Amino acid sequence: MKALLCLEDGVTFEGESVGAPGIVTGEVVFNTGMTGYQEILTDPSYSGQIVTLTYPLIGNYGINAEDFQSARTQVAGFVVRQSTSDASNWRSKETLPEFLADRGVVAISGIDTRTLTRLLRSQGVMMGGIGVGVTAEEVMERVRKAPAYTSHDYVRSCSTPTPYLWTGKPEAVALDEIGPATSTRVAVLDLGVKYNILEQLRASGVEPIVFPCTSSADALLQIDPAGVVLTPGPGDPARLDYVVETTRDLLGKRPLFGICLGHQAIAHALGGRTFKLKFGHRGSNHPVRDLETGRVYITSQNHGFAVDPEGLESSGAAITQVNINDGTVEGLRHRDADAFSIQYHPEASPGPSDSSYLFQEFVERLHR
Amino acid sequence: MPKREDVHKVMVIGSGPIIIGQAAEFDYAGTQACQSLREEGISVVLCNSNPATIMTDLEIADRVYIEPLTAEYLEKVIERERPDGLLATLGGQTGLNLATELAERGILDKHGVELLGTPLSAIQKAEDRQFFKTLMRELGEPVPESISAEDMDTVRDFARERGMPLIIRPAYTLGGTGGGIARTWEQLEAIADRGLKLSPRRQVLVERCVPRDWKEIEYEVMRDANDTCITICNMENLDPMGVHTGDSIVVAPSQTLTDREYQMLRTASLRIIRGLKIEGGCNVQLALDPHSFAYYVIEVNPRVSRSSALASKATGYPIARVSAKIAIGLHLDEIPNAVTQKTTAAFEPALDYVVVKIPRWPFDKFQRADRSLGPQMKATGEVMAIDRTFEAALLKAARSLEVSQAGLDRPRNQPVSLETLSGKLREANDERLNYLAEAFWQAMPIEQAHDLTGIDPWFLRKIKNIVDAERRLLTAGLRLSDADLAEAKQFGLPDAVIAARTGIPEMTLRARRAALGLRPSYKMVDTCAAEFEAATPYFYSTYENDSQDALPPESDAYDKTSSADTAAADIRKQKPRAIVIGSGPIRIGQGIEFDYCSVHAVWALREAGYEAIIINNNPETVSTDFDTSDRLYFEPLTFEDVMNVIEIEKPEGVILQFGGQTALNLAEQLHEAGVPILGSSFSAIDMAEDRERLDTLLAELQIPRPPGRAVSSPAEALRAAEEVGYPALVRPSYVLGGRAMEIVYNPDELNGYMKHVTQVTTDRPIWIDHYVLGVEVEVDALCDGTDVLIPGIMEHIERAGVHSGDSMAVCPPQTLSPRVIDQVVEHATRLALRLGVRGLLNVQYVAQGEEVFVLEANPRASRTAPYLSKITGIPIIRLATLISIGRTLAELGYKGGLAPEPIHPAVKAPVFSFGKLSKVDVQLGPEMKSTGEVMGIDTDYAGALYKALVACGIEVPEQGVLVVTLADRDKAEALPVVREFERSGFQIYATSGTANFLVRNGTSARTVCKISEGSPNTLDLIRQNRVDLIINTLSPSHRVEEEGRQMRRAAVERGIPCLTSLDTARALLYALDKRRQVEMIHVRSMHEYVGHPRSEDECTVGGHEEA
Repeated sequence: MKALLCLEDGVTFEGESVGAPGIVTGEVVFNTGMTGYQEILTDPSYSGQIVTLTYPLIGNYGINAEDFQSARTQVAGFVVRQSTSDASNWRSKETLPEFLADRGVVAISGIDTRTLTRLLRSQGVMMGGIGVGVTAEEVMERVRKAPAYTSHDYVRSCSTPTPYLWTGKPEAVALDEIGPATSTRVAVLDLGVKYNILEQLRASGVEPIVFPCTSSADALLQIDPAGVVLTPGPGDPARLDYVVETTRDLLGKRPLFGICLGHQAIAHALGGRTFKLKFGHRGSNHPVRDLETGRVYITSQNHGFAVDPEGLESSGAAITQVNINDGTVEGLRHRDADAFSIQYHPEASPGPSDSSYLFQEFVERLHR
Repeated sequence: MPKREDVHKVMVIGSGPIIIGQAAEFDYAGTQACQSLREEGISVVLCNSNPATIMTDLEIADRVYIEPLTAEYLEKVIERERPDGLLATLGGQTGLNLATELAERGILDKHGVELLGTPLSAIQKAEDRQFFKTLMRELGEPVPESISAEDMDTVRDFARERGMPLIIRPAYTLGGTGGGIARTWEQLEAIADRGLKLSPRRQVLVERCVPRDWKEIEYEVMRDANDTCITICNMENLDPMGVHTGDSIVVAPSQTLTDREYQMLRTASLRIIRGLKIEGGCNVQLALDPHSFAYYVIEVNPRVSRSSALASKATGYPIARVSAKIAIGLHLDEIPNAVTQKTTAAFEPALDYVVVKIPRWPFDKFQRADRSLGPQMKATGEVMAIDRTFEAALLKAARSLEVSQAGLDRPRNQPVSLETLSGKLREANDERLNYLAEAFWQAMPIEQAHDLTGIDPWFLRKIKNIVDAERRLLTAGLRLSDADLAEAKQFGLPDAVIAARTGIPEMTLRARRAALGLRPSYKMVDTCAAEFEAATPYFYSTYENDSQDALPPESDAYDKTSSADTAAADIRKQKPRAIVIGSGPIRIGQGIEFDYCSVHAVWALREAGYEAIIINNNPETVSTDFDTSDRLYFEPLTFEDVMNVIEIEKPEGVILQFGGQTALNLAEQLHEAGVPILGSSFSAIDMAEDRERLDTLLAELQIPRPPGRAVSSPAEALRAAEEVGYPALVRPSYVLGGRAMEIVYNPDELNGYMKHVTQVTTDRPIWIDHYVLGVEVEVDALCDGTDVLIPGIMEHIERAGVHSGDSMAVCPPQTLSPRVIDQVVEHATRLALRLGVRGLLNVQYVAQGEEVFVLEANPRASRTAPYLSKITGIPIIRLATLISIGRTLAELGYKGGLAPEPIHPAVKAPVFSFGKLSKVDVQLGPEMKSTGEVMGIDTDYAGALYKALVACGIEVPEQGVLVVTLADRDKAEALPVVREFERSGFQIYATSGTANFLVRNGTSARTVCKISEGSPNTLDLIRQNRVDLIINTLSPSHRVEEEGRQMRRAAVERGIPCLTSLDTARALLYALDKRRQVEMIHVRSMHEYVGHPRSEDECTVGGHEEA
């Protein structure tokens, strides 16, 4: 069936529906990774966003049972050049179009995603909508009515409602049922956690206990964690006062490790600011320079906001890493408060695992 | 760390002549490296024996040495130039082997030369199987069980322990030379024995075969001295394990790997490059189980390679350029990204398209060759195609091959039985795409095709999609709707295929498309999937649904203006434009020389204030470096694809004379479509190409040519041969590189030829010419319509009848009389003027006594243009290009007539790849067989000849065993040659007939059995390594010839020089004789040879420095 992608500035692309019926709206963004569509579809940080993949052939290896990053699909909509049912991979359980339809993801295929990407690159990300079997007018009507991306708190809807212990799969377990610690415990403030963050922590030898985003510092400290991880998540960090407050309360009490939105929360908690990037960083190939060693790491990134270095002068935090392409802040360290944070995704999934060492470093820090 | 301050002068070793496994990719890499180093203020000394390369141009390096690539010669260069460092990772396996040898012999230490970039220990660890295995074990990377063996007993023990099948690879060789898979004990003995012989270290790796259906994946990775490691590109082989990657259809990026698999193999590749401490580029080949996460590391190449050239073109990331900078100390994040001009080289390219590479095999030339594909590479070149879907990219690549197929054509001999089909699918061969298409036409299920081929079902489904799309066209037929047509174009089907399936003529489809506005749009290759603005003028076509921005090609320069139309108009006002049509894949008969010509044409156009645009599809070359032209279109060279570019670029004209026969073949259609052809007109081209028109013209000009007739039946052929007289040269009309050409001496041979050749040609006639025995002469003439300049005359060392591309040649000529030379100049001048040539005309002659016959005239650049340019100092291609756009020789400062002779004689010698192609005969004849060439230049002819022989690998001891078997008609002529070899200390062995003759005539030849006479025979001698040199001339008798073939093959496989022309033998004697008299190893740069001496180390002509 015919589908349309309409952008808020009036540009319309015509393609085929390859998912569920309906009309959806969201902020239209692009990701340049060549693999990892299954992880991207289920990454909570994409809540509220219509994700375009710049690689044209999507669905080649189908959908498997293991590579999900959360319990459900998270994107608002999905845009590809070619979505294929010609899936071939030993782990594949279903094809991408089947999966999208089954999970209710509205998706469009057959459009010139390169032209779309160039448009977003030059105009900046913007609101848009995908409609299946409807007119452009109908889609535009919905786009106009949709709330601005920055005006909505997406974190609350993708965070866990209750705390749980990660043992390889998400099972809500009441705090008092968790039992005695078998190894070092780490509290994870879930702003939109990806499974692989929890897996990486577990692989580094700690027990991650995941808390809802609205939890207070005291709630976390109750389990006496050796450290706290602030996870990635969707949306504008400037509107997450409750997260910033929790973070501020934790500073200096326990070693902190902030990832992506968690990094931005730490910056805010230290008195810094964040700003919206024109079209964000989304992909598996972002070079980051470690200012200490001069070495460059290729990182997986997914963020639309960045920490403003100018707001950090009086914060006591030092910039440890920068993005080579645009010089944006990629890492912070606050020695006194024992807080360390990075803008990119050491858990990858998708993307290179060059920085998975950071999990080990964090855990080693807890044992010191 | 910034650039090292202690490195001022660097020596770069090239890869030498083009052979299978080592082709133009190293000219591309070497040229980039030289430019990259000079940008940093470093003085570059370049050594390469291959004159047909851009890298050996005087402008590319500060000093260029076209000298043999052996340790002895390189040491002489080091002694003269005293470089601070040596860069050896850009000259392929040749460069790496030489660097290892120079280091191990202490030559580098002795002269204080540092090996830059990747350390020697890394090279050794990657190349030596035992070291490599140990390192992999340390890193925890899995490798297949293997041993390296230096004798047969070790091989046998391993086989007894592990069982078959086993894969055997000789160590330190290129392209898997001499390797193979052994499934039986007999095969094991044969392959391992050959492998030991072919390895320069007498070492073979014996390895358990990885199961055939495992995926073969490659990663191109880079590392700098600060331990920053990045991946440039990963690639997936369509062919399963067991087919050499150079012979595999390769897709970038990988298609069937999940992110987890992709990252797992990426991490392994980075761990390996770190483990090896490589500084620069490196290629890692891995095998991945299609049913689990298990994988093996198969091979690591610690240098730039064919794959890295492909990766560079596939991504836009200049690997060689960056590697060179890393070698002098720069870090990846200190090197600017030439594509975005904003970011740095420390990033990983993101592709938003699919790239398909298909190798180009020489089996159209070598009809008898074994076409199966395995661990030994057989392809001479490759094509690459880019599009937004796999099907479209595969179809583009298929038609870029120039093997007369418009798409995935069904095999020619229909019907194909299921049995034949299964056989063809089970064993990998060059036609497998066609047989797969056939299988799907015959409705074979995917699973069955997968079981037979081992190819991943994903690729099979895509091939089936193509067949299904064609089937829809077949159903639509003449009723093809506009929507059907649009769908077919968006799918990627070319007009020619749509025409073939529907029956609608191609030109009608073209007109319909024009009316519908169905045109491709052009997307940019920008390394970053459009994330950043990019400045790369590098494009590919695609049919997207919204063809709104079909004009002009996307570029940020155009985007800045609000209206695309005004932007296009602005651009058009700026400069005149010309399109240079490239020469496509490297194949026998059309090699790197034509790429050299295309590049120089582009440079000349830019110099003249033109916007120079290139269309080509060969990923290995300098012409497809996006830095070379103003805009590069990576496209097939068919009429449709070329016209699409012409329609959006609207050039002043196209230049066809530098792209070999590929470009010339487009002349007629482009002319008819009203496209201006710059340089010689279509009519001039047609007159020279059309035998009958040329005959008439020559007769009118009273220029002699050997009598000849066109015939179309065996009976006519016999009559014609009687008329022109035996021996006769027979060939089909319109050929490239002398395909299917033979000399016949009597009616029997002629009948045999006709029987064989009618299968090759269908509707085109056969030519029968009298074969004139004499000296072959060749010129490349430049004509502007008024004056004709002959930069130099080349005299062939082998007589007429050996293809000019396979013949050694010398310039200036050594034996031609002034009268012959006058006639050569006179004929070329009159012919060029009468044809109306604007640019180049290559003329081939045979001189019999004082009479000069014209054999052939080609109104285009020939393969000798680079060689002649280099030794005469006359920029032939530049002049031809400028003439094409209307300049005259006089304006350019040149006079007509024969240019003054070059001071120093230079000999061009062919290089063959027979070792790679089993069952191919090595005997020289009218069919071209060489893949590359070398040049020897010196103060005298003998010196030049000797260097040329050394450079092309003919290493003959001063004495040893010579085996002679001669055809009766050659015996008398051979006698003095054999006597001379005997006098210089060779022991002569000959088969009975030849031996009797030789003994009767006073030599002491010993008789050895013919193969059919029992043992010990010639074959035994060869196999026992008791032979140093073979002279074998072609016998007309079929039975004798079959023995000759066997003997020659055996010689090739043992690396024993085998001469099939008495002229080559005489030249060798002459050079050997000279070697006895003087110390031959001395070197000089081309700047000195061609008369631009650098005073400080100029030496006196004729004297040998450091003698």
